[in-house]
Amino acid sequence: MEAATVEASPRPRSPARPPRRRWTRFLLPTYVVVVLLYTMVPIAVMILYGFNQSPTDRLTFAWNGFTLDWYRRLFEISDLTDALLHSLEIAALSTVIAVALGTPAALALARYRFRGRGLGDVVVLADIAAPSVVVGASLLGFFVYLGVPRGFGTILLAHVAFNVAFVVIVVQARVSDLDESLVEAARDLGASPLVAFWKVTLPLIFPGILAASLLAFALSIDDFIITSFVAGQTLTFPLWVYGAVKVGIPPQVFVMGTLIFTIGILFAIAAVIANRRSPA
Amino acid sequence: MSVGARLRRSIVPYLLSLPAGLWLLVFFLIPLLTIISVSLMVGNPVEGFNLTWNFDVYPDAVSQYATQYGRSFLYGGISTLIALVVMYPVAYWIAFHGGRHKSVLLFLILLPFFVSFVIRILSWQFILADEGIVLGTLKDIGLLGEGVHVLSTPGAVIAGLTYDALPFMALPLYVSLEQIDRAHVDAAADLYANARQRFLRVILPLSAPGVYAGILLVAITNVGDYLSASILGGPNTTMIGNVIQTQYVQNSNYPLASALALMLMTTLLVGMFLYPRTFGTRRLQEYT
Repeated sequence: MEAATVEASPRPRSPARPPRRRWTRFLLPTYVVVVLLYTMVPIAVMILYGFNQSPTDRLTFAWNGFTLDWYRRLFEISDLTDALLHSLEIAALSTVIAVALGTPAALALARYRFRGRGLGDVVVLADIAAPSVVVGASLLGFFVYLGVPRGFGTILLAHVAFNVAFVVIVVQARVSDLDESLVEAARDLGASPLVAFWKVTLPLIFPGILAASLLAFALSIDDFIITSFVAGQTLTFPLWVYGAVKVGIPPQVFVMGTLIFTIGILFAIAAVIANRRSPA
Repeated sequence: MSVGARLRRSIVPYLLSLPAGLWLLVFFLIPLLTIISVSLMVGNPVEGFNLTWNFDVYPDAVSQYATQYGRSFLYGGISTLIALVVMYPVAYWIAFHGGRHKSVLLFLILLPFFVSFVIRILSWQFILADEGIVLGTLKDIGLLGEGVHVLSTPGAVIAGLTYDALPFMALPLYVSLEQIDRAHVDAAADLYANARQRFLRVILPLSAPGVYAGILLVAITNVGDYLSASILGGPNTTMIGNVIQTQYVQNSNYPLASALALMLMTTLLVGMFLYPRTFGTRRLQEYT
């Protein structure tokens, strides 16, 4: 909308400037559409190959014809189903823990001035910016050093460690936008700090917590590099798929990918709608 | 406020940030320090490792894997630059001319995030395969010779890295372009700056923080990536991430892999520190 008003505002044109040729107006929009379409090609391939017939139970690179078989036989490969379940469990647990740990820290960093706040910001940013290979390698080194057996537990610990930083960043942004006078008003009206938090602060920062949860869940279910270091013998969905690359990909992988994609988009749209309805 | 209340108030932020802080200390900072000591150990996974302050591991790692290091920075750098050049006009157009469709367009750019990372790269394997939809079709209608391959070449790895970088690059670019005060652009127009001057002397310098953030975000991810090289590449496209992963997880050569990881981290940190000084925001602003 802002751009539209800028366009419409009358402005003195330099007299030497020739009138804009018409076809160049469409150059940039066309380019944007081409780039957007390009980014969607792999998504289309994923959806399409979930419907590809195959003489065996592995996908071929060539297109053999349309089938719904793989949707019917979605959970036929028990290892793959187990891996997907591991991914979902780890994503759910790491999200809950990261939100529980990260939200109070975000409140502290956004609303209080205290010694160590700058350090806290740096550590959070470093956790986000550090290359995954280094984070994964250092966690594996740490677990080996302490003799901790790798598996479901170590994956969960690692996922919470990267999710916490993202939760802090997202919730912190929302808390900074919060109008402090609303909380003060509640306190003036006799609310205890706890009641003021529960009745005023929490509802106002809830959209931030929701966004942080969705992001944390998505990051966890998607993580490959860090997980590949700390997983031991436990397989998550991305690890199983990676392992299958050498022997051939069963079509169910693309079907599951398509379903995760669809559900993710529905959640994102729901979150956007929830955000619009919320006050402030 | 009584002394007790003030004390309580000053303790609150520490209590609030303690759980997250402890978690990051134990599962992020301490592991980073641990691998310094792991890198200086000698031993094997069966008999165990002992700290012998074996600093030789560093020159050994450099001489052994210099090629893979160079390749990682080369592939990472090329893919980052391509992503920047491809996404800048897109982010610009959405920020300045997206109108009421801005959020929808932004959502479409972020669409790849909803597909699992491994599957995104895997899709490219299906697209670029010799018998896949692109090369297979072109070969069937005789536009390409049978001997043409794309997979296992540096081009395929860079294509995968670039594709992954596109949304990561677009976001910070869009945010910085969106925040530019349109009054600056109008003022330049009022002062008879033509479209090219308005872009080069107002919009581009003001979007420098977004360019900086985008390059940083993408370069760090791509230099350390090993999935693209592993799925789309071949034996001659191995990146340092692949080496670290193989040495750590498959060969259990913890000291060597730790040394490689530490050197990667250090090189990236030095780069992050030097880069704004050489090409960063200050230079661009002086340019105006």
